[in-house]
Amino acid sequence: MSEPGRRGRRRRGALLWPGLALPGIVWLCLFFLVPFYVVLGVAFGTVDPLFLTPQPEWNPLRWDPQAFEFVWAGLQSGGGFRTVFLRTLAYVVIAVALSLLIAYPVAYYVARFGGRFRGLLLAGLVAPFLISYLMRMLAWINLLQDDGWVNAVLVWAHVLDAPRTWLDGRASSVILGLVYGYVPFMILPLYAFLDRVDRSLLEAARDLGASRFHAFRLVTWPLSKPAVLAGCVIIALPMFGDYYTPDLLSGSPNTSLLGNQIDLYIRGGQQVPVGAALVVCLMLLLAVFMAYYLYATSRAERRLGR
Amino acid sequence: MRRWFRNAWGKPRFLILFTLAYFAWSIVPILVAVRFSFNEGRSRSTAQGWSTRWYWDDPDLSVRNDPDLIGALVQSLTLAAIAVAVTVPLGVALAVGLTRWRGRLATASRFGSMVPLVTPEIVMGVALLLVFVHVFEFIPLGTEAQAIGHVTFSIAFVLIIVRGRLLSIGPEYEEAARDLGASPLQSLRLALFPMLVPAVVASAIIVFAISMDDFVVSNYLSAGAATDTVPVKIYSQGRTAPTPALNALASLTLGVTVVIALVLFVVWRLVRRRRGVEEPTAEAFAA
Repeated sequence: MSEPGRRGRRRRGALLWPGLALPGIVWLCLFFLVPFYVVLGVAFGTVDPLFLTPQPEWNPLRWDPQAFEFVWAGLQSGGGFRTVFLRTLAYVVIAVALSLLIAYPVAYYVARFGGRFRGLLLAGLVAPFLISYLMRMLAWINLLQDDGWVNAVLVWAHVLDAPRTWLDGRASSVILGLVYGYVPFMILPLYAFLDRVDRSLLEAARDLGASRFHAFRLVTWPLSKPAVLAGCVIIALPMFGDYYTPDLLSGSPNTSLLGNQIDLYIRGGQQVPVGAALVVCLMLLLAVFMAYYLYATSRAERRLGR
Repeated sequence: MRRWFRNAWGKPRFLILFTLAYFAWSIVPILVAVRFSFNEGRSRSTAQGWSTRWYWDDPDLSVRNDPDLIGALVQSLTLAAIAVAVTVPLGVALAVGLTRWRGRLATASRFGSMVPLVTPEIVMGVALLLVFVHVFEFIPLGTEAQAIGHVTFSIAFVLIIVRGRLLSIGPEYEEAARDLGASPLQSLRLALFPMLVPAVVASAIIVFAISMDDFVVSNYLSAGAATDTVPVKIYSQGRTAPTPALNALASLTLGVTVVIALVLFVVWRLVRRRRGVEEPTAEAFAA
């Protein structure tokens, strides 16, 4: 084919690809980018003194940092936001650590030793994805009632002398809920990674005299560190914005998290800008983790795409 | 006993027990919740006989007869159907476009379209609520806004699945079609799309599942009890519900979700076998 014809073909192709992507990009701009700007506008805006409705400010030159000053004041020692922030951090760190302790051995076992049961085991790992998070919390509400089965079992086994109230401001219940809710989201990526680890490396280590534990410590674990980090990030991100788990499994201000504060201010009516400012702060806080996760997935993808 | 655990070349017994314990811990609470939905009495924490009272028989409080409960299930399914119908074509086109389109703008869009995946749901919920209240006032809260929200957070999942497939197919087939005289559009339709069918079905499963699972966005964009989805109902009544009807609703929803996902899964297996391709399922879910 002649040169000009080829070029013409390429130009048409060059328009085809952006054209295909265009509807999706427009959609995301309208319903993802624009909403973010609205959050900024509301956070830097004012509240109508009469109706107490938020008045967004679209012009960045006239942005009013009042809501952020309010948040900042709350973060000083003795402030309400400080307690909530530190509590959120503690809950998330504990829940992520526990999730890792559970997720790694399970993912490791299914990936390495699943054998002929692998299909069944995988179905078990995927099953929680079909059960809504809220239903899984509901299951624990049933179990943790005063006359529920958890108390029954613990009293029967003489761990407790008398039934305990689990659903009223107990950090342990909320953390249990977080771990139970999010651990499947960590197991699957870990499994996907561990499944790809080259077995001949492990066999070589064992042949050279490493015990199973040493082979794990010196080969598998170092290889899987990026996957572990990605797994931790992917469950930590939603945990930071969670408000329904503490609401359902505790409902007490003693376990209120960052998400609860956002929910409170956004729906509470009078101080919506404070809620929006908290959302902006949350995004800034999490931006590093989000960027890391995106970077890690795009690197993995590049490997796939040669 | 110790030796049994420590046998270095045998089966990893500790891991077996640990994994079994995990599966028990992950499944048993759900089974218990389903069990209580069949209670004859009103308790949601102790076993009280068996009946279908809370599903069907109770004249006012059963899922069938309480418009609030059955309405939530209908709302959940409606939103999931809309989400699948809109997100899959939108996401597939976006994935094909972004993968084959070269240049700096393409890289930026690729990165940008993945951001919703890692954005905490509460951020998205609040942002969408504020945008519908302050800017897009012509879009009312309720089904319309909720459907838009569901599509927005699902697109990235379709993008990951379809992109993974596109990268593993490579551009060769389209190039071959082009060399044989096909127009760009023809090469897409005749060479590429047939190979994407398994990824499209996989996307549909994922979008359906995450739409049914969603709570935060549906909650923020709900216009009141009439547009509450099942998760929103569970949230608002979870602590106060007087009867196991809520358990019945949750169990019913679970059953419907599993059946629809299984049907789609069988379709996926069939098309995959017919197309003769391998697909990384776990990774698709892992996303």
